[in-house]
This record gives sequence, structure tokens and C-alpha cells, in this order.
Amino acid sequence: MLEQSYYLKADEIIERYGKQAKSLIPIMQDIQEEYRYLPGELLTYVAEKIGITKAKAYSVATFYENFSFEPKGKYVIKVCDGTACHVRKSVPVKEALFRELGLSAAKHTTDDMLFTVETVSCLGACGLAPTMMVNEEVHPAMTPEKAISLIQELRKKEGTQ
Amino acid sequence: MIHLTIDGIPVEVEKGTTILQAAEQIGVKIPTLCYLKGLLPDGSCRICVVEITSRGRTKIDTACTAQCGEGDEVRTMTDSVIESRRNTLDLLLSEHRVHCFSCEANGDCKLQELCFEYGVEKTSYHSELAPKPIDDTNKFFTYDPSLCILCHRCVNTCNEIVCRGAIDTMNRGFTSVIGTPFNETWAESNCESCGNCVQACPTGALSMKRRKKYRSYQIEKKVLTTCPHCATGCQYYLLVKDGKIVDTQAAVGPSNKGLLCVKGRSGSFDFVHSGDRLRYPLIKNRETGEFERATWDEALDLVASKFMEIKKKYGPDSLAGFACSRSPNEDIYMVQKMVRTCFGTNNTDNCARVCHSASVAGLAMTLGSGAMTNPIADITQKPDLIMLVGSNPEEAHPVVGMQIRQAIKRGCKLIVVDPREIGLAKKADVHLKLKPGTNVAFANGIMHVIIEEGLQDQKFIEERTEGYEELREIVKEYTPERVGEICNINPEDLRKAAIMYAKADKAPIIYCLGVTEHSTGTEGVMSMSNMAMLVGKLGREGCGVNPLRGQNNVQGACDMGASPNDFPGYQKVKDPAVVEKFEKAWGVKLNPNPGLHATEVFPAAIEKKVRGLYIYGEDPIVTDPDTSHIIKALTSLDFLVMSELFMTETARYADVILPGVSYAEKEGTFTNTERRVQRVRKAVTIPGEARLDTDVIIDLMNRMGYPQPYLTSAQIMDEIASVTPSYGGISHARLDAGESLQWPCPNKEHPGTPIMHVGKFVRGKGWLYPARYVPSAELPDEEYPLIMMTGRILYHYTTRAMTGRTPELMEIEGKSFIEMNIEDAKALGIANGDRVKVSSRRGRIESTARVGTKVNKGETWMPFHFPDGNCNWLTNAALDKYARIPEYKVCAIKVEKA
Repeated sequence: MLEQSYYLKADEIIERYGKQAKSLIPIMQDIQEEYRYLPGELLTYVAEKIGITKAKAYSVATFYENFSFEPKGKYVIKVCDGTACHVRKSVPVKEALFRELGLSAAKHTTDDMLFTVETVSCLGACGLAPTMMVNEEVHPAMTPEKAISLIQELRKKEGTQ
Repeated sequence: MIHLTIDGIPVEVEKGTTILQAAEQIGVKIPTLCYLKGLLPDGSCRICVVEITSRGRTKIDTACTAQCGEGDEVRTMTDSVIESRRNTLDLLLSEHRVHCFSCEANGDCKLQELCFEYGVEKTSYHSELAPKPIDDTNKFFTYDPSLCILCHRCVNTCNEIVCRGAIDTMNRGFTSVIGTPFNETWAESNCESCGNCVQACPTGALSMKRRKKYRSYQIEKKVLTTCPHCATGCQYYLLVKDGKIVDTQAAVGPSNKGLLCVKGRSGSFDFVHSGDRLRYPLIKNRETGEFERATWDEALDLVASKFMEIKKKYGPDSLAGFACSRSPNEDIYMVQKMVRTCFGTNNTDNCARVCHSASVAGLAMTLGSGAMTNPIADITQKPDLIMLVGSNPEEAHPVVGMQIRQAIKRGCKLIVVDPREIGLAKKADVHLKLKPGTNVAFANGIMHVIIEEGLQDQKFIEERTEGYEELREIVKEYTPERVGEICNINPEDLRKAAIMYAKADKAPIIYCLGVTEHSTGTEGVMSMSNMAMLVGKLGREGCGVNPLRGQNNVQGACDMGASPNDFPGYQKVKDPAVVEKFEKAWGVKLNPNPGLHATEVFPAAIEKKVRGLYIYGEDPIVTDPDTSHIIKALTSLDFLVMSELFMTETARYADVILPGVSYAEKEGTFTNTERRVQRVRKAVTIPGEARLDTDVIIDLMNRMGYPQPYLTSAQIMDEIASVTPSYGGISHARLDAGESLQWPCPNKEHPGTPIMHVGKFVRGKGWLYPARYVPSAELPDEEYPLIMMTGRILYHYTTRAMTGRTPELMEIEGKSFIEMNIEDAKALGIANGDRVKVSSRRGRIESTARVGTKVNKGETWMPFHFPDGNCNWLTNAALDKYARIPEYKVCAIKVEKA
């Protein structure tokens, strides 16, 4: 059971878009933005409030890669593995990040909840390949070294090192 | 209109018609996998592609989504169409685990059929199938994603037709599966196990577990019949292999439209072949108290001689006979005929006494006919608003519930009036969660608002009703504020509901036992017709007053005259002309005095006024209020005879038990809640030495001195038609020829009457009955501070004699429970799942608490199905003054932690 504050927040977000089926995606986006993931209990709550089935809500949420039922780290790193990035060696960048953070294809988020590493199919910035995003910020022409130093910088900023 | 050709055949269609629909119109077959008639096309399977030449351009498109265009030339079987379909099948097979040899769906699989037709033997794509886990948790069926072609027929059936929304398509791309939310198992989800998705599945992905026991080609016959559970009257086939029923298959009947519920699909045949069926007559040894096997001659001689001895000694009214509203009309007719001609009394009744007798009495008084006024399809497809009072159709009439959910999905408004937060309450525009036993106050409050707002239909009132002035004076006192206090509801909600109901153009009242099972049940019923008449919502489409009758043939049992006051067709015993008519028809002198109601027979037995009782297939120890009182009555009898399928609680008290025959072993008819007479057909042979019930009754009649010739079921229906004006035109022959008849159907040419009271009430003028609110007979006090209501649940039917013999249903719900409000539970130190002692002035049982907010504070609710804590030990046998129906819905109880 989530804390009451989550439900109050959900009410506020639902109010923003109205209690109708078509509000589902914007509501889910705002919830995910607020908590960096989509808590399952809240999705059930929203579904009931806007009059759709829990199954339908879950179907929509699992259709889009963007929605996650797992809590994500403070920094969500999206390594582009589109065709252009792939041929310009995005895989070593991803692997360097995995090594540095102790992550894998199965474990996406560090235990301190600071970093999440995911791959995406294309960020639409092929001219800057290989590309990655840290939250809303785009980082062009990545190398494994640049990726590691970026992590270290962020850790310093967070005072964990 | 649009003109086009399909395979060279010219066709004219309305704008918006799809090519698939147009092709169907002219009999051109186009294969489909995902298409579900009546729904928006899914367009996902791509198998229905056709070649369309439109304005000089030719393209391939799906026939289910493409709309017809003027001048289009459509070809359904060109080389490129065939190639495209082959490719689609090839792709489907690449993701399909091909194991037809052992697959349950072998021979019934549309994918297999199409691959065969198009010569696709195996996939040309080399890919490894990703392992996908099988969900085997549902008690009745299995989902195997490796067989799923993602046609979404199951999802669309669950969402758009059943409207339960338990499943959907999860994930996307190669990882897509049909599933329940949050990776719950099927069993953990809100799935009701109705299995309509399974019937919709074109492959073996969704498969009934019992399909492992037969191949479709082993089915020796499929027998179309009527479900024996609730009064919806669903039509289905019984599938017979080696003389045993192995499965059911939904048929498209007028009331079920191809749907079934979990009880109909999965709980309607196990009991037929149950090992504990009674197979031969039993006579109780008076000395040992044990039943001993007897021959039919011994048993029937004893029954006939004993009844005649009692009649001779104590007079005809010392005998009584109950018919059973689960059995066919023909059986019921013969039971009441035996009671009237041989016993010489009108002491005959049926279990409608304890469910809807108040509807029969109430609506007969106000409208002239005690039955549902409009058909199920009419009140679910036509209305703008539904007022649902004291009815939980999602559980008690599930297929009606599904159709109400469809109505809501379509935009129909819903007002729920129910003390519990039933499933439909969550979908309601207004839920009046009123205190049990306050229906009359609620209805008077609704009418107060309607009159105050000037929304009454003055023309209808003046032309078609009487009693308006008196009623208006009474409802004046029922201000929303006062009603709010009596009913414990918000006066504003009452106002809102009244205005919504009055302003809706088409709005039926649908009600059930929450209205009838009160000591003021008949007045509750008449309050329903008052509301409808006040706003002129009777005698027309999408309106009416609609009691959802309880059991499969409870309408028929009342129609057949298993009633102390009525001969067949509600012809009154107190009318000497009627008695004379039946004396002439049956050739004997008849008793002119109305008899005892079933609920009065028990006290009369204790007083030794009734000494001999014949019960045809009822189990009053389980179903009737105040169990100790019933047992005392049965043990007071000199002689009790039971016709039964099983050794029920009541049968144990019998002196003679005659083995009965189930609905699947005989011919006959059931009359469903909408007055539709439907056929029951023999699928399997009678077990053991059991004999047709009507033959047994006829034997008894002859032994008691009434010369009754042997008649087939069809001949009995002909006799019924000859003495019952409303059944005058009904015969097995007409029904077997495909006609669907709703009474009144007075003659052979009459097409039946879907909507009653059109233009004129059966009674002449409708009577606005002046009803005042009277509190329930037993109210909570210090010693017994909680109100208990009783009812039933989705997975069982009344005594469980049938559904209890389907082990899977018992695994889903098999134990007694009591719903309590969280505040009451807290105060008593009771947590959800705790064992509790529940007691009333009449008895004490144990049960398990289900704590929540489904019921209000101060109120509780219990089902009566389960012998490990049957609430009828506690219920109050206070009777309604007109219908003598007991007050199941309100008694005072006490709950303690066990």
C-alpha cells in the first residue's frame, strides 16, 4: 500500500486531465514524471477513477517502453542503440556504464537509486552518434571514457564520492 | 445505396457497410479469424483480405474494415489474395507451436482448417519460439500463449460483449500476450470464469480443461436445450460422448445472444452423472430409521395408499404437494393436477413462494399480470436509463448482467438502489445505498420528487390508471429529507435519481428479491409499478416493470397453477366458473377452497392440520427461513414423500423417496423470466431404475383412483394449452419448428407477446396502490444489534444440489461467509477472514467474516448456499400479508468472534 500522499497526487493529476478514458496516457506520464516510475497501485487507482479496466490500463502501460513499473534512478541514462549509434560503437559505451555502475541487461538501476541505464532505439540525433541522454540532456559523440567521467562527475555532484 | 460487385455478383448495400458484411449478404464466404460479428472490426488477422478495384486502381485490403464504395469490383479468391492469405498463415505458424496431434482444439481449430484449405503445411520461417509460460490457474480453462495468434477475439469478447474487462493484450511486438494485469494469474484476476473467451478462441490457446477428455469427432450428439439455473433462459447445446454429457456449447438464444455464465457453461452437467444420484425408490424402515431399497410397485403402492388413508381419516386438506420451479412446465402441471384431482385440495405451491410470489401477487393487483412486462433484449438494448432495484444481476442473472454492462458501455445511465455496493453500483450514475427494508419509503420519495417537479405523465395517469389522488396525498409526506432519514441516504441523491428516471425517455425498472423478500414485499412490488405508471413508462419499448425471476422455471411454475389460489394461467380458485371449467376438463369434483401457501403448510404441519406432504424436488430445510421450525414441521408429519435427484437435507426426513430425473434426461419446457417458453430436451438416458417423473406421477394418480392416461411431454403441453388461455397457442411442435413464443399466446396463429400492457393493462386500468412505509418485522436492538440480509453468489445456485457437484465451483467458493462493515468489525475485534459466531433469536451458526465497505455500518449479508453455516438457521419467517413470502432480507443478528 502506497502512502496517502501518492493518491492525493494522483487525484491532482487526474483533475488536470479529466476523468475520461483518453486522459490515461497524459496522467501516466505525469505520474511517472513525479515519481520517476509508475507505481502499480496508482495505475489501478487511476483506472478505476477514469472508468477503464485495470487490464486496459496495464495493456497501455506495457505497450509503451517509456512507462516503467520499476522505480528508476535519479539519473536516467538512455544509451541510443539505433543503427547509426550502433555502427559508431554505442555498445562499448553501454557496457562501460554497466561495468562502472554494476548493472546488466537484467538490472537497470543502482541500489542507491542514483542511476538507471537503458537502451533506446533511436534518439533522432544520428548526426551526433553515438548519442546518449541523461534525463533531458543530450550527450553527443560518446566514448566509454567520456561516459565514465560523466558518471563520476554526477557522483561528485551528489556527494557520494 | 451503394452498388458494387463481389466475385461478379451485383450487390446493393447501405453506406457504411463493409465488404465482409456485403459478401455475407449474398452468401459469398470470406475467411476470418479475428472478426466478431456485431463489434467494430479488429482488423488484426489479415486473413479476410480481398482484391478491390475502385476507380481503376486495384488493391488488397481487409474485407472486415474496408467499406463498400460505389462501383467497386471485389474479388475474393484471386491468385494474389490466395498468396496473401498463405503468407499470413505462414507468419502465424511461425509463432505457433504446432502440435495438432495432441492439441485439444484439433479438428475445431480455425487456423488448422485454413492452413489445410490453403495448403500451408509448415512455416517457411526459421525462428525459435520464445518460451511463454502457460497460465493454468483458472479452474476451468487454460491459456497457452504459444498457440495464440493474437486475434484479440477473447479480449474483445471480455471487454465489449461480456464487459468484464478481465484480460487485455499486454506488451507489444514479439512479446505480446493475452493476459491479466500486473502479471496476476488468471485465477487472481477479476475473471468470472464464464468462458465466453474460450468459446471465441479460434485455436487451442484458450481451451476448456475438459476438452482433454474428448475429441470433437467423438461427440455423438449435440442437444439444444435450456439452462437449468437462473431464469434468464440461456440456450445451449449439451455435447454427448458415450452416453455422457461432456461439455456445453452456447447457442444464440433470444435471451442469451450466444453468451453463458460460469454456472451454465461449467456447472450444469456434472450433477447429471454424479455417482450419488438416487437410482431406485427408497422406503424408510420405521424401526431402524434407515432407508431400504424398494421396487417401484412397493413404493408407489405405499405412497398412494398412505395418502388416501390420511385423506379418508383427516380430510383432503390434510394433504399438500409442492411442485418444483426447477422442473419443466409439464411436470409441474401434472403435480398440481395430482394434488387437485387426487388429494382433493388446493394445498399446492412452488418455491416462487419464497422468492417472487410478491411480484406475482403485487403486479397482478396493480397491472393484472404478475410477470416481467418487457423482454430482456428490449430492456437492455433500448433504454436511456436503467433503474435497478434490489437486484444483483451480475451474480444472480449473470447473462442479463452482461447485457446491462453492455448497455452502460453504450452510454445508458444507471441508477442502482441496493443496500450493498454490488459490482454494478460502481458503474452507476447514482447509487442509493439504502437501509434494507425501506423500499416503499424510497419509492414514495421518488414519486414525491417527480410530482413536486411536475414530471408526472398526467395524460397516462388520467387515461390508464386509477388511484392517483390517494397516492398523491400519501407521497406528499415522503419528502426527500424524511426519506433520506428512513432510508439512510442523501436526499439530494434521491432527487437526482427521481429526476433522471422521470426525464429519461426509455427507462425500465428492473428489480429482484431485494424488493420482494420482505414482510412488505408485495407493497414493495406495487411501489415499483406505481413509479412506472406515474411517468407512463409501461406498455412500451425499453420500459416496464421487470422482476428478474429467480429460477429457470419459476415463471412457469406459477403459470402452471402450482399455487393455492390459482389454477393454470392464474385462473382463480375462488371463481366458481373456473372451478367448474376445470371440473369439466379433468372430469372430477374439485375443492372450491383456496389452499395453504407453502410457508403456511409448515406451521400447519406442526399443528397437525397437514399430515401428508409430497415434495417434488425442493429442499426447504436449506432454503426456507428458520430451519429449526422447518425441521419441526417435517418431523410432525405423518407421511412425507420426496421426488429427488439426491439425498438432500430434506429427503433425509422422508418416508419414501422416489428417484427423480434431471433436465438432461427428459423432454419439456421452461418458461424464462421474460415469459418465453423454451424447450428442454433429452440428451442422455435415465440412470438406474429411475423413471420419467411424469410417468411416476401418472402411476400415482391411477393408484389413487384417478384414471389418468399416460401422456408424453408434448401431449401434456397440449393439455396445458387446452385449459390455459395464455398458453393456448403453445406446443412443442411450434417450438421445435423454431418459433420463440412469449405468453400470452392465446392461439396457434398468435406470435406471442413480447411487451405487455400495450395500450391497455391486463387489469383494465392500472392501479396506483396507496402504500405507506412499514418497518421490517424484526429490527435490530441491543441484544441483536445488526441487520442481516441474505442472497446468493455467482458460483452457486440455491441449495447447491447441482452446482455443488462441480468440484471446481466448490474450489472457487465453497464455504459460508458473512459480509460485515469494517467499523462494526473493528468494534467487535473481528478482522477479515476471522471465524465468527453468528446468532439470532432462532439459531446460531459459525461462519467466516469478510470485512469491508460493501455493506453499510449496522448491516451484514450472507449467502445461503453453504451447509457449513447456512444463514437460514437465523432468518425470520415473518410473512408478507398478501403473498406470504418470508422476510429473508431483514432479520436481527449478533456477531461475535469465534
